[in-house]
Amino acid sequence: MGEAIVITSGKGGVGKTTTSANLGTALALLGKKVCMVDTDIGLRNLDVVMGLENRIIYDLVDVAEGRCRLSQALIKDKRFDELYMLPAAQTKDKHAVSPEAVRDIVVQLKSDYDYVIIDCPAGIEQGFKNAVAGADKAIVVTTPENAAVRDADRIIGLLEQERIHGPKLIINRVKPLMMKKGEMLDIDEVCSVLAIDLLGIVPDDEAVIKAANSGEPTVMNPKSRAAIAYRNIARRILGDTVPLMPLEEKTGVFRKFKKIFGIG
Amino acid sequence: MTETKPRVTIKGVKEGLVFWIDDSCTFSEVIEELEHKLGKTHRSFLSGPAVPVQVKLGSRRPNEAEKEQIARIIAKGGNLIVRSIESDSPEEPKPLPPDAVVLMKGIVRSGQTVRHEGNLLYVGDVNPGGTIVCTGDIFVLGALRGMAHAGAEGDQRAIIAASYMRPTQLRIADVISRPPDEWGIADASMEFAYIHEGNMEIDKINRLYRLRPNHPFGGA
Repeated sequence: MGEAIVITSGKGGVGKTTTSANLGTALALLGKKVCMVDTDIGLRNLDVVMGLENRIIYDLVDVAEGRCRLSQALIKDKRFDELYMLPAAQTKDKHAVSPEAVRDIVVQLKSDYDYVIIDCPAGIEQGFKNAVAGADKAIVVTTPENAAVRDADRIIGLLEQERIHGPKLIINRVKPLMMKKGEMLDIDEVCSVLAIDLLGIVPDDEAVIKAANSGEPTVMNPKSRAAIAYRNIARRILGDTVPLMPLEEKTGVFRKFKKIFGIG
Repeated sequence: MTETKPRVTIKGVKEGLVFWIDDSCTFSEVIEELEHKLGKTHRSFLSGPAVPVQVKLGSRRPNEAEKEQIARIIAKGGNLIVRSIESDSPEEPKPLPPDAVVLMKGIVRSGQTVRHEGNLLYVGDVNPGGTIVCTGDIFVLGALRGMAHAGAEGDQRAIIAASYMRPTQLRIADVISRPPDEWGIADASMEFAYIHEGNMEIDKINRLYRLRPNHPFGGA
C-alpha cells in the first residue's frame, strides 16, 4: 500500500505544480513507483510541465464518470518506466468531480504505486476539498512572501479540519541575497509563524522556468541548485536524514580566487 | 463468575417501596430485569396490600413512553401503585467567578477565530489573519501576530497582554488600534495594551499592577 501526498499552498503561483512534477520525478529517480494526479480541473498544468500534454487521451473526470478505466487514463512518463500521471480535464470545472470520486481513484492508485503525488489547485473551495480527500499526508508549499505565508497558514488550519495532521513545509523560490539583506522574509520567520516541520528549501533558479517550458522537470538537471534541493526533499520523504544545503551561491571570480588560496 | 451490579434494586422504606434503577445499563436490560424480578424472584410483592412505589432512575433520562413502560410493568399486579418516577436533577454548570481565567492552547491560524466569554489565557501563537475575541482580558503566552479583541461587550477596563506583541490590530471595547505606527514597540519583553483616557496604550507587563490596582490580576 502506497502513500498519497497532496501538494498544496492556498495561494496560486507559488510552485505547487513545479513541486509536484519535480518531487514525482525525483522519487522515480530514487527507484520508487510513482503516480502523479493533477486535480486542477479546468486549469491543468502538470502535463505541460512534464511534457506529456500530447499523450492525453482520457482524464480524471472521464475516470470519475466511468467513461474509461483508470488504467486507460494513466500516462506513462517518457523518462521513467515507473512514473505515471493522471491528467485533469481541461474542459470542465472543479465541480465536475466529487471528493468521494477522487478518494476512490487515489485509493485504487495507492494499491499499485509507492507514492501518489496529488497536485492541488489554488484556493480553498471545491478543488482543494477534492485534492485532499484521498491524501494521507500533505506538503504545504510557500514562498518567502507575506501573502503566501498567510495563505499557507490558512491552508494548514484547513488541513487540520480535514484530519490531515502534521503537514510538512517547503519554502520555494528563496533568494538568499535578498534574505541576507533583509528584503525578504527569512526562513526562521516563516517557520516560526507556520510552526510546522520544514521539509526543504528550494532556491530561486532560472533553470526551473526553462525546464518547465521545455517539459523536462528541473530535477533531471544535476547542475541546477533547485534540482539538488528537490532531490534532497525526495530523500527526506523516503526517511533519509539530509541536511539543508547552504543557501549561499558559490559563484563569482573573487570567491573562486579565495577558494584557490584557501581563505574562502 | 463475576458479581454484576443489580440493575434493579428494590428497597422497603417507611412510605412503601423504592425501586432503584441502575443508570449504567441499557434501557432494555432494565426492562428485562424488572420483568424478571416482579415476575419470578420477587413475585410475593404482587400479592398483598396496596403499596406506594417510588422509582429512582439516577442520571438516566427516559422519554415519556419509556417511563410509562416502567410504570406499567410495576403496576401489573395491581397492588403496587407508582407514585413517582424521577431522575436526579441535572447538575447546573456553575457559573465561573468573574475573575476566573480559562486556559486554552493551540495555534490560531489565518482565518480561524477563538471566542471566549470571560478572561482567557491562550498558550500558543495567534497568527496574522487569526482572531481572538474575549469579553474579558486576553493573555497570550506566545506571539500575538493577528487580531485580538478584549472587552468585546464594552468593558473598557479589559487588557490584552502578549509575550510577543506584534499584532495586526488590537481592539479593547470599541477602541481600535493599529500598531506599530501608533505606538512604538521597543524590545521583546512581555507587554500589555489598555485604554487610557479613551486611547489605547501599551506598557510592560510589570506596570499592570500600578495601572489597574483593583484589577483581578493587577491587585495585590
